[in-house]
Amino acid sequence: MENIKHFLGNFFVTGEPMIYMADVAIVLVSLGIIFVLTYFKKWKWLWKEWLTTVDAKKIGIMYIIAALLMLFRGGVDALLMRTQLALPNLHFLDSQHYNEIFTTHGTIMILFMAMPFIIGLFNIAVPLQIGARDVAFPFLNAVSFWLFFAGAMLFNLSFVIGGSPDAGWTSYTPLAGKELDPGVGENYYLLGLQIAGIGTLATGVNFFTTIIKMRAPGMSLMKMPMFTWSVLVTSVIIMFAFPVLTVALAMLTIDRLFDAHFFTVAAGGQPMQWANLFWIWGHPEVYIVILPAFGVFSEVIATFSRKKLFGYHAMVFSMVAISVLGFITWVHHFFTMGAGPGVNSFFSLSTMLIAIPTGVKVFNWLFTLNKGKIQFTTAMLWALAFIPNFLIGGLTGVMLAVAPADYQYHNSYFLISHFHYVLIGGTVFAAFAGLTYWWPKMFGHILNERLGKWAFWVFMISFNVCFLPMYLVGLLGMTRRMYTYPAGLGWTSLNLIETIGAFGMGLGFIIMVYNIYWSARYGERDTTGDPWDGRTLEWATTSPAPEYNFAHIPTIQQVDDFYYMKKEGRQKEISKAPYKPIHMPNNSGVPIIMAVFFFIGGFGLVFEWIWMGILGGIGVLACMLYRSFETHDHHYIPVDEIERTEREAGRFS
Amino acid sequence: MAAVTNHNNKPYEPLEYSTEEGSLRIFGFWLFLAADMVLFACLFATYLMYIHHTAGGPSSKELFEVKDFMIETVDLLVSSFTCGLATLEMRRGNKKATIAWLIVTLILGLVFIGFEVKEFTGMVQEGATLQTSAFLTSFFILVGTHGCHVSIGILWMLCIIAQLATRGINAQTARKVFIIGLYWHFLDVIWIFLFTAVYLTGLVL
Ligand code: HEM
Ligand SMILES: [Cu+2]
Repeated sequence: MENIKHFLGNFFVTGEPMIYMADVAIVLVSLGIIFVLTYFKKWKWLWKEWLTTVDAKKIGIMYIIAALLMLFRGGVDALLMRTQLALPNLHFLDSQHYNEIFTTHGTIMILFMAMPFIIGLFNIAVPLQIGARDVAFPFLNAVSFWLFFAGAMLFNLSFVIGGSPDAGWTSYTPLAGKELDPGVGENYYLLGLQIAGIGTLATGVNFFTTIIKMRAPGMSLMKMPMFTWSVLVTSVIIMFAFPVLTVALAMLTIDRLFDAHFFTVAAGGQPMQWANLFWIWGHPEVYIVILPAFGVFSEVIATFSRKKLFGYHAMVFSMVAISVLGFITWVHHFFTMGAGPGVNSFFSLSTMLIAIPTGVKVFNWLFTLNKGKIQFTTAMLWALAFIPNFLIGGLTGVMLAVAPADYQYHNSYFLISHFHYVLIGGTVFAAFAGLTYWWPKMFGHILNERLGKWAFWVFMISFNVCFLPMYLVGLLGMTRRMYTYPAGLGWTSLNLIETIGAFGMGLGFIIMVYNIYWSARYGERDTTGDPWDGRTLEWATTSPAPEYNFAHIPTIQQVDDFYYMKKEGRQKEISKAPYKPIHMPNNSGVPIIMAVFFFIGGFGLVFEWIWMGILGGIGVLACMLYRSFETHDHHYIPVDEIERTEREAGRFS
Repeated sequence: MAAVTNHNNKPYEPLEYSTEEGSLRIFGFWLFLAADMVLFACLFATYLMYIHHTAGGPSSKELFEVKDFMIETVDLLVSSFTCGLATLEMRRGNKKATIAWLIVTLILGLVFIGFEVKEFTGMVQEGATLQTSAFLTSFFILVGTHGCHVSIGILWMLCIIAQLATRGINAQTARKVFIIGLYWHFLDVIWIFLFTAVYLTGLVL
């Protein structure tokens, strides 16, 4: 009895009122979801239409829903931190709790918010933009999503069961090693990221193959939409960067679970090796989340300037240059860790070099705007705000790249502000821009522009209120990851302003969520499939697109061909009868079941219950075995069904 | 996913490339191999960094047995050859011979794993374990990761043999034979690096 009590006391996180509240909330929400699904008899629908789907469009929607949930979770973490730091000497959070919260905030925002958000946009836009029916490997795509989801859930479980990781999102050794950080928290980090990371690697392979092999006839590489280009380049980065993360995480896991010595000094290991491997993945990772953002802005700016994108070739080459340079800058994250002047100079220069292709892109966007007939839609506002905000983030980045000066800025709030300016001003703005822009394509109605603009202004202004003062407080000496500070250092008012800004961003997010609700009920329906008078192929089909995307695959003649198709009346050919049966992949329950086994195995390893890890592994293998022997994994959509769909959309001709 | 028509079904194309699905998967597998190469590169780099970090434990010179790793090497190289023969027979549409060569490959793979297990258990008995030093941690994980790949390859090959036996050679099974062949040759290439960077280097340095 005592034993069981002891075990449960360690198993569940106890002693924190906020966590008890979270426990209650989790149970209530879960019961609520189960009740609603049962009451409305929606289980079967959920399983058939969503959980087993291999349709990229639906997978994209699931990615984005999950990303919004994670944005909420990460945002709550951020607000808790900002509340604690609002005034000096507060005791809202204790130091341990603060450590846990900045760790989960950072990890969740990067890996479980930014990544799935942009991958969601890949899924929604890329197959349509290149005139394909789906991605190259739809089944694998579902596996990717469910692995991400299993990893995210495993990571999020930590704060109620076992305890959260607390060594920062960078999880540096030796701090994250077993000796200094016993308990299960870091294991959650390692296994959650491992599972999700495997899924991401598969996404890279999948989209690279899709874009290289499945473009519509006539669409040569240099005729692709810019977003698709950004995804192609990003996929290459994913394929070369994520295996490094896999190795790093596996090494630390082995160190922690089996007392090995990759990173323990006493037996000859080197803690620095973690920092190297982590950032060899980590710096390309920031380009993985920013290049697609550039892609989104390129689409949005071209569409709403009613002009062709300026400098198409320069845009492509600058992205390729960034992707290559991105692999040789990783040491700028630890200039202060004692590499010699030669090494620091090299990485200092390589980092500054990236500013050149990035600057080229900024000028191209500006020239696209130049003499354009600009429409200030919500999506466009996000894109326009991106330019100055990202510029602030980028220029302070170049300041940080000056190795000797970095000894001053390193790990201060100056750095925190820098990376939030690029991550929020770049990736998050792009996620919101992309969401607003492609929303009609996803759901068949337009998000309310008035509410959207309110959300934009509130969020964008609050963002600057929150993060501009951080540069100053950083220069005044406030370091990151400190859970409280004394009065009288001149930091107090700046911190208070930051906190006010943070809550303003929260308000902006709430308006956005309300807009989603409002528009779903009352929003303008998109009957044309082309609400923005778009330039690329995703606007050539209905909103939302039918399962098979296009009744006929169009033939492409130039960049932005859809724009010319509309002029020449060629777009009607896409839905012109007669049709042929269309080959589509079948839905499959295997991906989600496999992810459940990954989750089980991962959970077992978190608690170092090796038997459970093995059990999960066997389950995963069994799923693969089943899949290997499967033969009927596709079907044909018959002609009369295509005819019916096209007729209902009013496109049959 | 394959689209409606199969416009690249040209007569001279090998069976495994004959469907769009087949050629997509083969392409995708090449990409996977590239990513796997990066994974091994990280493990190699770490191993080479730690090669002298023995923390007072046994060093590579004391541990490696020339005879054993030479047998492993020859065995794996021959298996790569027989795997190639299997692909060749598959292209000729010769089901029995394909299966036979795959079984030979599989047995050679098992022999390889047998030697590796023998090597590892021998080391552990001498007190050279994963927990001894950074050198041994990185050694076991690098060589073990390759061994894991080979083991998975063996299980996979079993599935493919079963499918060949029941379904014969068609576009789908041909693709599978071809892909496992790529995988197997890839592991051979990795082994060459292991042989050089770990075993030969370990005897000299
Ligand atoms: C609502 C907006 C946000 C606010 C108010 C906010 C605030 C903060 C604060 C206060 C810290 C911790 C500073 C410290 O004590 O060291 C932090 C850290 C961090 N944030 Fe945010 N953040 C926000 C959004 C984001 C987003 C969108 C991302 C990424 C896409 C992000 C990524 C990170 C990372 C990586 C860290 C470092 C965590 C660590 O030190 O391990 N944040 N943020
Ligand atoms: Cu970096």
